[in-house]
Parts: sequence; structure tokens; C-alpha cells
Amino acid sequence: MFVVVAGCGRVGASIAQSLIDDGHDVNVIDQNAEALGRLGDDFPGNFIQGPALETTVLERAEIERADAFVAATNGDNTNIVIAQVARDRYQVPFVIARVLDPSRAKFYAEQGLTTICPTRTAIEMMEGALRAFVAESAEDA
Amino acid sequence: MYAVIVGGGKAGANVARALLRMGHEVSIVEHRPTRFATLEAEFEHMARYGDGTELFVLEAAGTARADVCIAVTGDDEDNIIIGQLSRDHFGVANVVARVNDPRNQEHFDLLGIAPTVCATESILALIEHEVPQHSLVHLFSLRRENLDILEIGVVEGSRADGATVGELSIPDGSLVISVLRNRVGRVAHPDTLLAAGDQVVAIAEPGRESDLMEIFAGD
Repeated sequence: MFVVVAGCGRVGASIAQSLIDDGHDVNVIDQNAEALGRLGDDFPGNFIQGPALETTVLERAEIERADAFVAATNGDNTNIVIAQVARDRYQVPFVIARVLDPSRAKFYAEQGLTTICPTRTAIEMMEGALRAFVAESAEDA
Repeated sequence: MYAVIVGGGKAGANVARALLRMGHEVSIVEHRPTRFATLEAEFEHMARYGDGTELFVLEAAGTARADVCIAVTGDDEDNIIIGQLSRDHFGVANVVARVNDPRNQEHFDLLGIAPTVCATESILALIEHEVPQHSLVHLFSLRRENLDILEIGVVEGSRADGATVGELSIPDGSLVISVLRNRVGRVAHPDTLLAAGDQVVAIAEPGRESDLMEIFAGD
């Protein structure tokens, strides 16, 4: 499988590395050249420096032949826009976008975009942990 | 009419002033604290603080009852999201968006955010109009109507040189609207006689350029 990952922060770099470890081909896009440092020295894929919003940058990352596209830049709105561009312009079969704002993540999910909201996940996990603690304290009392 | 303007820079603030002068109701949303303070001093309660790409901010600004949403921030991805949220979430019938980087125009088009305004494109069109580099110039695009306004120079020896507008078989999907000669523009009618050096303005569906060039420039 060939995957294009936009955004080489902690999330993007980690996903790119795992895909490589699983034997897939990966090209990574990031605006900053230093982001390349997050990938291992022997990273076999291409690193494309530039804004992922630009079609020339997406095309240098060979998005046209991608089986999947991951939008994980540090901008929610950039991720939502490039995910739609990947889906609607380049017909990438599987597209996923990281969206920190829960309400935008929910709205675009309702519109048919696959969104992942780490904030929502954190809220649910912390609420769950607190509930468990409260229940435990009630038992002790 | 009620307009929600997102982005309180020069464009947003001046659009707000103009709409208020015309007697309309406006809200202007801005998230930069210092810029917001300036806007609040002038627009008072009509200035609203917040990130206009957040649903709760748009909701508090009354976007659901807006007749038009104007997305004029300095970031194209934000303007696209503001356009989509106001249209698809709040059901706003009219969206106007600013394109900051002309390379992003294609994303607005792809996602149906129209009409758009792009300063760079407007300046380039004006330069072409003033100093034509080509005998056919795109003056303006009516994106929603899918029509272009074109300016074409009449070349000596072309079919148009010495013919009236009515004699030219102007292709379907295009229409000659005016003729500029010696700095005087006139609305074209079938009897208008054309001569080399005239600048003709036409309205046409995209893709008619080569047909029109054949008539006016003869190549």
C-alpha cells in the first residue's frame, strides 16, 4: 500500500514510521525541513518540504497514486481542507483527518469525512478515569 | 439584510462600514485581541470576539439567521471552512469568500465556495487590461454563472476588421457587449462597424476563446 502523510509532527511521523515498519510505501509532507528529523535516519520514503495546501506539493508527494491519505498537520482547518481535496480532487480511496476541535470533528464526520479527534478521546478517557475513581471512593466510604 | 463578516482586517471592516451605511445589520468576527479592541471601539456590540471557524462563535454571531456570510480572513483554509460551516451547518444562502493566495482558488472551486474575490487576480486582470500582452484578456469571471468577460483586440485583416457585429457569426454561448475605439466605449449592436485596433468586450462561456480569437484575431 502507498500512503501520503501530511504533517510530520509527533502524530504524522509516528504513523509514517509504523507504516514503513509494516512494509508499506510512505511519502511525508511538512512545511519545515527540520521535521525530517522526527523520521529515522534510514527513512526510505520521500520527504517533501512545503505547505500541504498547495496542489503542487501534494502532487510532488504523488498523491494521485495514493491508496490512503493522512491529514495530520498542526492546523485543523488545513487538515479538513486537504482531506477533502485528497478525496474529491485526487479520488484517494481512504482519507483520514486529525481535527482537535470536537465540534468541527463531529460536523465533518457527519458530512462523510473520516475525522479523528484526540481532544474528544482525551475527554472520554479522563472522564472514565474520574468516574472509576468516584465509584471506588463511594465503595470505600 | 443581516451579514456576518468573519475577519476584521481592512477588507472586513470596510465591508461592514459600507453595509451599515446602506442600512443593513452586521456582525464582524475577529480573533486577534488588539484588532478586536480597535473594531469594538468603532462597531461596539456588532464586533464579536472569537475564532470564526469555531461553530459556537458562528452560532453566537447569529449566523443561522444571516442572509450572507462574508469570509475575509487572511487564511484561505479558514475562509473555506467558514464558507462550508455557514452554508452547510447554518444554512446561509449566500457566501462570499476572499482568496488570499491565487493558488488556492482551485480549492474554493472544488468545494463550491463561490463567489470569491482575489486581489492578486484582480490586479493582474487590470494590468492586462491596461497593458495588453495578448490580444485576448480575461477581465472578469462570473463563476456562479459560469461565464467569462473577455476583451479581444480586433486585428487587421481578420474577419471582424471592416465587418459589422451582426455580420460576424458569433458562436453560440458568446455575445459582443461593447466596442472601445479611441478611448470611447460604446454598447455594441448588430450595426456596429468594427475596425482594426478596436477593443471588443464579450461575454462567453468558458472554452469559447479560440472561436472568438478566430473571428477577431484571425488565427
